[in-house]
Amino acid sequence: MSKIKILELVVGLFVALGMAAFFMLAMKVSDISSLGDERGYKVQARFENIGGLKVRSPVTMAGVRIGRVTGINFDENTYEAVVTLSINPEYDRLPADSSATILTSGLVGEQYVGLEPGGMDEYLKNGDTIKLTQSALVFERLIGRLVTSLAGGNKDNSDDQPPSSPDAPASRGEGGG
Amino acid sequence: MQRSSPFAPAEVLIAIRGLRFVRGALTIFDGVDLDIPRGKITAIMGPSGTGKTTLLRLIGGQLRPQAGRIEIGGQCVHELGRRELYQLRKRMGMLFQSGALFTDLNVFENVAFPLREHTQLPENLIRTLALIKLESVGLRGARDLTPAQLSGGMARRVALARAIALDPMMIMYDEPFSGQDPISMGVLMKLIQTINDALGLTSIVVSHDVQETATIADYIYLISGGRVVEHGTPAQLGRSSSAWVEQFLHALPDGPVPFHYPAPDYEADLLAGQDL
Amino acid sequence: MIRWLQGLGRYGLARLTRLGRGNLFLLRLLGSLPFLFNRPRLLIVQLYSVGVLSLPIILVSSLFVGMVLGLQGYTNLVPYGAEASLGTLIALSLVRELGPVVAALLYAGRAGSALTAEIGLMKATEQLASMDMMAVDPFKRVLAPRFLAGFIAMPLLAGIFTAAGILGGYFVAVEQLGVDSGAFWSQMQASVDWREDVVNGVVIKSIVFGLVANWIAVFEGYDTVPTSAGIGRSTTRTVVNTSLAVLGLDYVLTALMFGGL
Repeated sequence: MSKIKILELVVGLFVALGMAAFFMLAMKVSDISSLGDERGYKVQARFENIGGLKVRSPVTMAGVRIGRVTGINFDENTYEAVVTLSINPEYDRLPADSSATILTSGLVGEQYVGLEPGGMDEYLKNGDTIKLTQSALVFERLIGRLVTSLAGGNKDNSDDQPPSSPDAPASRGEGGG
Repeated sequence: MQRSSPFAPAEVLIAIRGLRFVRGALTIFDGVDLDIPRGKITAIMGPSGTGKTTLLRLIGGQLRPQAGRIEIGGQCVHELGRRELYQLRKRMGMLFQSGALFTDLNVFENVAFPLREHTQLPENLIRTLALIKLESVGLRGARDLTPAQLSGGMARRVALARAIALDPMMIMYDEPFSGQDPISMGVLMKLIQTINDALGLTSIVVSHDVQETATIADYIYLISGGRVVEHGTPAQLGRSSSAWVEQFLHALPDGPVPFHYPAPDYEADLLAGQDL
Repeated sequence: MIRWLQGLGRYGLARLTRLGRGNLFLLRLLGSLPFLFNRPRLLIVQLYSVGVLSLPIILVSSLFVGMVLGLQGYTNLVPYGAEASLGTLIALSLVRELGPVVAALLYAGRAGSALTAEIGLMKATEQLASMDMMAVDPFKRVLAPRFLAGFIAMPLLAGIFTAAGILGGYFVAVEQLGVDSGAFWSQMQASVDWREDVVNGVVIKSIVFGLVANWIAVFEGYDTVPTSAGIGRSTTRTVVNTSLAVLGLDYVLTALMFGGL
């Protein structure tokens, strides 16, 4: 082969090597499947407190990631957080009465939305709202409750009920449309 | 300062009038009038540093004068746009002092360069032309050498072959004889004359090698202090009454251009050191 | 005192004019790029010169950087029992910062200085002037191919650096230190986001660095004082100015892209 041909071949190999490197970065290193989330169907959930939940946080059921958080907004009328979840299209048989809880992975890890299946025969569709939600546990409130419950337990024969914590987690009924 | 031209207008290829060029704080040319006649070898000589190379760059359009006109075949060089200037340059050849061969190409490729860049000729024709040019400078056998393997004189000859590759109408030589041994100088002198006559070129030789240049030049301009001091045929200059011309042409160490750099009084200078 | 201020003013003006000259140069250079569509061979030759010939230093350096990251990361994560996160540590460090930045610095030292020296030498030996006199535009024939080749090569080299560094880290972490291979890759994949980290980091940064590094290298060469001392000064300036520019731009880009997180 002439010198020029060899040169061109080598340069071609160089460019191919560069592309292979980027390919490896895409496939093995990063989470490129996240690009497919745009195809999921959108479901909303309202929370009193989302804690440290972020956009792109995972949505799981039974520990398996089935989607991502794609939007976090604030409703000025009801003073709630409105979280938009994108569920991967292959999981289209989630009962319409499933509940959503904001959980923490590990002790101080990142937060995610965990779904518990309900029992209805109807399934969640695009645009539905999850009615049953449980907000994130806020660390300070947790400590506060611990302190007050400790204090209450130390008083023998106390007639006074320990003041209920201002933020008792409660199941919500009408969660709004 | 207009002076009457020694040539008839039809004979003149390049006409320079009132040229003024300043670089920084230095005035290099201050009112220069020159005529370069067609088909002849014109020499421009003068002491080192008078800006002879600058003149070639001005003619070639690489520099722009502050005032004056340079006309080549009627076209004013520094008023041309880039495209027209490039068109004009295709008809000019220039031989740089060091040859300026492209170091990443061998001799043949160097000579073929203008042909490849400016013509669409087929490869075999380019090869033929390049070999013809190399033959005319006597270096056809050196076609596969690289510039690094050439002596200074050979490099200049290759550069000459490259400069005439497109059969230009004029060719400029920047100090072609400087630093050459007598044989190389003889070769170059012969080449300049032969090529000028064979191709009907107009040649401009910038040099301060008086002997060699005067031998081949048809007309000489002497430039010093930013002006044309004297001009004429070699015979006319030899008869000149100017002391400066005489000093320059005969290589006298002292005359109008003094030997001593300006300095304080000699005796006082020596005595001042005695008190230390 | 006045003289000192005057000197400072002169220096400032000189820098400003140089900056202006550099920008005009870039404009003319960009305008000469379309010429290369008809002459791909010029580009390919230069790609070989700045790209392929830079591969050895890029590969060797990246392997070592990755391996060192593995070692250092391991030692620092073990007290927290978090050595499984080693993959994440190595990958994020390389993808976001070390890959594009170190690759650019190495490029400046190897390819940038070579470009400046080559072009400066062509200027000093009047090759550029003679090409100009032969009615061939040196911007199109000499400068644009080198610039474009470098601009293409830089992201490729940064990508190769990053990937090879991760492999180097993998080798140390898994083969030598006993970190679990599955954990290494899965933790990494969970934490490295394609768009946020790889594109923002390696791709965008290296494109910006490529523009700056090659612009400086080619400009310094073209602007050289045509003596041998001048070439030496220009080459030094290329390496220094490119390094400073890369590091400065890295800060700006990092603040823009990652600071928000």
